[in-house]
Amino acid sequence: MTTLLALAIAFAMTCLVLAMLLCAVRLLVGPSAQDRVLALDTLWMCCMLLALLMGMRFGSAVYYDAALLIALIGFASTIALAKFLARGEIIQ
Amino acid sequence: MNPIHSMPAWAAVPVALLLVLGGAIAFIGALGLVRLPTFYQRIHGPAVIVALGAGCILAASMLYFTVLQHRPVIHELLIGAFLLMTAPVVAMLVTRASVYRDLQSGKRSPGGPGEVYRPPDERDGH
Repeated sequence: MTTLLALAIAFAMTCLVLAMLLCAVRLLVGPSAQDRVLALDTLWMCCMLLALLMGMRFGSAVYYDAALLIALIGFASTIALAKFLARGEIIQ
Repeated sequence: MNPIHSMPAWAAVPVALLLVLGGAIAFIGALGLVRLPTFYQRIHGPAVIVALGAGCILAASMLYFTVLQHRPVIHELLIGAFLLMTAPVVAMLVTRASVYRDLQSGKRSPGGPGEVYRPPDERDGH
């Protein structure tokens, strides 16, 4: 049964890395700037989930803090980018 | 010394199921981000990742550490609540910025804002 769990963690990690690759494709190809912002948003989301999975894989609680920090900073950066897209400036 | 080997079977099966489900849903959401044709359809891909993919993986992590440490570990709820609160805000701000930019540039994509809503200066003419 522990083999099953290791396989499931490996499968989920592979899926998330593939998802990050697809986001990177959209980030590079994306015809408009808002597509790139959306791709970056999805990219940090997948990165946060990958950090959580690494915490499960190595049984360490440090990765949880990393995931929380990625979520906080990613949210702030996406908001800043969206405001920049709409207004052309971030702090007015 | 891998902590996985101290997991009992009754907990390993649901954790594995949640992980497989979460990983597959995250991949499907990213696939939607790449495959869908217009921006207003693409915005739905990340919403799937936030709601279901992250939910499944966070629930798996909670169950895993609860069984592993023999005590209730619920601090993943903090990330879950934060994501559920911020995801609609992010989606709304990015979509609003996109509507604004599409209307500014006069772009007429099928199903986009130019079809549904015309900027005021164009409406006055007709």
